[in-house]
Amino acid sequence: MSQTTPPPTRKLGTGTRATRAIGVAAVVMLGWLLAFGLGFSPADRNQEEYVRILYVHVPTAWLAYLAFGVTALCSALYLFTKKHSLGFDRFAGASAEIGVVFMALTLVTGMLWGRPTWGHYWAWDARLTTTALLFVTYVGYLAVRGLGGSHHQRAKRSAVLGLLAVIEIPLVRWSVKWWRSLHQDASVGEPGSGVELDGLMLFSLFVGVIAFTLLYVWLLLHRSRALAMEDVLDDVGLDAAVAARRNETVGVAP
Amino acid sequence: MSTLIAIEYGGYVYASYAVALVAIGGFTWRVLRRGRQLADQVDDADKYWH
Amino acid sequence: MSRFQVARLVAVKDLRVERRSKVVTNQILPFAGATMVMFAFALDSKGVSGVDEDGQRWTTDVLALVAPGLVWLATLFSLLILVGRAFAVESEDGALDALRVAGVDPAAIFWGKSAALAVQLFLLELVLVVAAVLLYNVDVPLGGVALLGVTLVAATFGLAFVGTLYGGLAAGFTGRESLLPLLVLPVVAPVLIGATRAVESALGTGGVALAEGWPWVGLLAVFAIAFGVGGALAFGPLIEEAT
Repeated sequence: MSQTTPPPTRKLGTGTRATRAIGVAAVVMLGWLLAFGLGFSPADRNQEEYVRILYVHVPTAWLAYLAFGVTALCSALYLFTKKHSLGFDRFAGASAEIGVVFMALTLVTGMLWGRPTWGHYWAWDARLTTTALLFVTYVGYLAVRGLGGSHHQRAKRSAVLGLLAVIEIPLVRWSVKWWRSLHQDASVGEPGSGVELDGLMLFSLFVGVIAFTLLYVWLLLHRSRALAMEDVLDDVGLDAAVAARRNETVGVAP
Repeated sequence: MSTLIAIEYGGYVYASYAVALVAIGGFTWRVLRRGRQLADQVDDADKYWH
Repeated sequence: MSRFQVARLVAVKDLRVERRSKVVTNQILPFAGATMVMFAFALDSKGVSGVDEDGQRWTTDVLALVAPGLVWLATLFSLLILVGRAFAVESEDGALDALRVAGVDPAAIFWGKSAALAVQLFLLELVLVVAAVLLYNVDVPLGGVALLGVTLVAATFGLAFVGTLYGGLAAGFTGRESLLPLLVLPVVAPVLIGATRAVESALGTGGVALAEGWPWVGLLAVFAIAFGVGGALAFGPLIEEAT
């Protein structure tokens, strides 16, 4: 996954020595996750082999929540620091993109776990429902980032939206949890219930969390740099358009 | 220690690992490709990370 | 002028515009009514029946059972249309820009526009509740009127704040109409849940006790306050031109 050193004629890419090191570490850890998740770890007493899905599911969920947390933090840093640095905005955007991908993975792997364990793909459990709503919220956040306008307009709008999600999520979680507690569905436990993790299982989960966190840092660095270059190109395009316009007027003048 | 997971159990397990790997791989590939495309158009002086 | 006087002026102006355009009465109300009829088509209006464990026959009128939820769904759909309209009017003639350039306090604009939206929503909800009574065989017990009224007010303010906030965010962009539902629906999920439960207990739907409704009103109130304050703080940066 890490890039080889670019040939001298090529321009510099989004990779640096640091990202290459992180990339290699992430790949190694992902390999470990596969080995432990599918091989070394034992089957669970209650869940049998399906517990293996959790070694992917739990780390993706952790990562998605981490990514959205970083988005909120960077949104606050953009809005409340004097400099209003666009760097924070790009980190927020890159982090949200990664979060959306991993939240989708969380939902899919969760369904693949729910089907054999519960007998159905979806349960109207508080955690699942909140996660689904969160996913839609950040898809909307990314759509707002794509609306256009100047860089700082985009940054302000999305930073406000990123912070509003912080108000929204506890309210959603509270209401959904309460709603479910009234309509208690005895056949469906919270995800993870009935799992007794032994040492090796816990270790597999731990490997997954480390692997995905490294992957997150690596993706975040690459993606935020790409977003920075998009902004640079936007500015260049704007300058070029202004210059072309100026030349036009000069050319038309008799 | 189980070396091979029975296929009747394994369907969902393998599917979830496959989905995860394909999604992560696909996303990573897109991020890298987009980064490369942009890097070819932008002056090296504008790349703050170098 | 104080912040609240400005807010009142903005609200009065918005309501006057709406009264003159008659869009709410001529288009959005009929739309909400049609939605209520469509719900009846989608859900069996004959009711379901069966035999319980003791051999007793039972029948349930599905529509009466889900009526509280349907009222709020119809309200949400109408909210999306109302908000889309309110900000289309603003951005077409640049009225929002004019207010901002004139140095009007953004929080006052936010509260004013929210209040105007809340008034329209509230009237719409009253009509929808009446439609539920007429079309879905819903009874409003006398004891539940207070809970029903408080629920309507609390939920309406929550919806109006969220609608104004996200409407302002998306105002002036192409693709606004399709973006707004995506942004608003996940946020107002707590209102849909809370208001539906509260109205269920106000109407005694499915034997829900009246007392069970009040905690949900608490949720609605917290929601309204959170977005009333959060929205006022956020509205400035949202409508501000970039520096």
